[in-house]
Amino acid sequence: MNRITKLAILIAVFALVAAACGSDSDSGSDSGGDGFRVAIVAPSASNDLAFTQSMVDAVNSLKDSGVVSEVAITDGTFVPEDGATAIRDYASDGYDLVIAHGSQYGAFLPEIAPDFPDVSFAWGTAADTYGLPNVFSYEAASDQGGRVMGIMAAALSQSDVVGIVGPIEVGDAKLYVDGFKAGVLVGKPGADVPVNYIDSFSDVALASEAATSLIGAGADVLSGTAQMVVGAITVAKADGVLWFGTQANQTSLAPEIVVASQVYHWEGILEEIVSNVKGGTLGGELYSITFANGGLVIEYNDDYPLPDDVRELGDNAVKAFEDAG
Amino acid sequence: MGEVFTAAVLVAVVASAIRLAVPLLLASLGETFGQRSGVLNLGVDGIMLLGAFAGYYAVLKTGNVWLGLLAGAIVGLFLGLASSFIAVTLKAEQGISGIGVYLFGLGMSDLLFQKLVGTPIPINTFPKVDIPILSDIPYLGPMFFQHSTVVYLAFAAIPVSTFIINRTTFGMNIRAVGEYPEAADTLGVSVAGTRWAAETIGGTLAGIAGGVLAISLGIFQQNLTNGAGFIAIALVYFGAFTPLGIMWGALLFGAINALVLELKTLEIIPRDLSNLAAMAPAIITILALAVVARRIRAPAALTKPFTRGH
Repeated sequence: MNRITKLAILIAVFALVAAACGSDSDSGSDSGGDGFRVAIVAPSASNDLAFTQSMVDAVNSLKDSGVVSEVAITDGTFVPEDGATAIRDYASDGYDLVIAHGSQYGAFLPEIAPDFPDVSFAWGTAADTYGLPNVFSYEAASDQGGRVMGIMAAALSQSDVVGIVGPIEVGDAKLYVDGFKAGVLVGKPGADVPVNYIDSFSDVALASEAATSLIGAGADVLSGTAQMVVGAITVAKADGVLWFGTQANQTSLAPEIVVASQVYHWEGILEEIVSNVKGGTLGGELYSITFANGGLVIEYNDDYPLPDDVRELGDNAVKAFEDAG
Repeated sequence: MGEVFTAAVLVAVVASAIRLAVPLLLASLGETFGQRSGVLNLGVDGIMLLGAFAGYYAVLKTGNVWLGLLAGAIVGLFLGLASSFIAVTLKAEQGISGIGVYLFGLGMSDLLFQKLVGTPIPINTFPKVDIPILSDIPYLGPMFFQHSTVVYLAFAAIPVSTFIINRTTFGMNIRAVGEYPEAADTLGVSVAGTRWAAETIGGTLAGIAGGVLAISLGIFQQNLTNGAGFIAIALVYFGAFTPLGIMWGALLFGAINALVLELKTLEIIPRDLSNLAAMAPAIITILALAVVARRIRAPAALTKPFTRGH
């Protein structure tokens, strides 16, 4: 092996170590939970104020309450194949429950899960267990919160143009966008609700330009979903356009313009999944978080002076979902 | 369909295209210096990411966007020096070492962000600067003369780069060591020194490109560049290794992206074709690249390490 080859290998190893450091593999210590070990594999950062953070917060909450004893996280696996490798590694390590938090990982489960019949896998957001006995699936009825916030957005809009920035038209992103649009049209049947799917979950620059385009089209209220919306929020903030968030509370990104956020609380369904696994049922069931089961919550920005009548519209819409079950 | 051809849409598309083009333009210009000297750096995206984080973090701590830009430049400079050491002094295989630099930048920028910042926090962005008189011209003003200072500086870098490459001794040395390093060496030109300098300029501009991206967006998150560094490398070929050609390439890429976004906002593109439309920038760029690449010739010594007497 000559000097150049050695050097190339050294650089590659160095880079791979650095890349691996970038993914936050965090193993918590044992704090009860009957030795129950949970691993999360997620596409974006644990603190993305969006999709990944909602799950990480939920599992850590279960750890704090002693339902699980150990939590391991591999975040930032935006390349699905990398995520699949992490899922297989955690299963090999004997984790009791491996959460594949991203619809993009689903295609790998039919080949991974059968190799580990004693490990339970949870996959979302999706409504398909592939008929496997050790795969749960979970989804968020994000259209419910979308509809609630769409109704409020319609009431707040002066221009009657409310824009939405979407990632790729799948999963809970599509549900949310469709629900939000429907809500706006319930509030103002004649409103214009342009939707701009940028076809990326990670392109912040494109999300930023999509927001600029929507504002240019007259939108004075915006919403959007997935981790790339941070770019859209900064544009909305600069232009004084109101924003409705989803997945996690996005108020801290722009307290001046964020009206409210639909926040996912996966704790309830995760507790059920853990209970099932402990009881010997490793999969085969579908779960959904809704307003009725407490999995969806609208968190208002206390610093935004939301008119009482608009708040009432939102509260009534939430109550309607809760009453409907 | 008539909505597409309104002046407002044209203004929005052109202004957006210019904003989207700037990071690509800066990174491509930097890569041009390196490639004209015979060094291919596939690590541009990694340098951009670290430059983006450095710029973001400096603005977060100081509130000063120009210090942020400086931080991006300094990080880019050091990574350019590191790339030079690997590619020129150690004569490592440039493709592999470049990928190594990319992976290092991807991982390290995320690691630093997670450890030093954590949750995304918005920062100050570059203020818009309306050019007096020109910005008031109907249509042309909003298109070209109502941008931030860095946009104007990025486009000013095109004639400067062209001048350096074509009209200065340093530029002539860059071209010489990229085409025929043995001859340049015989004439007393330091091949290694020239390549170090060109590659370091490339790294610095890539770091600045990353800083411009993060500060313009006012935020940082993992993989912020989303592969922009690789597009920048492709644009060097598209632009036939000339700053002016690169500018047209960057503007074309930005314009297609901006047009697709605008058509989606106007709901002219059917939802079913949205995915196809999103691929349009990449597809058109590849096609254009294929056509242009047939007519250009890369520097003869590109990717070839130089050893005196070999």
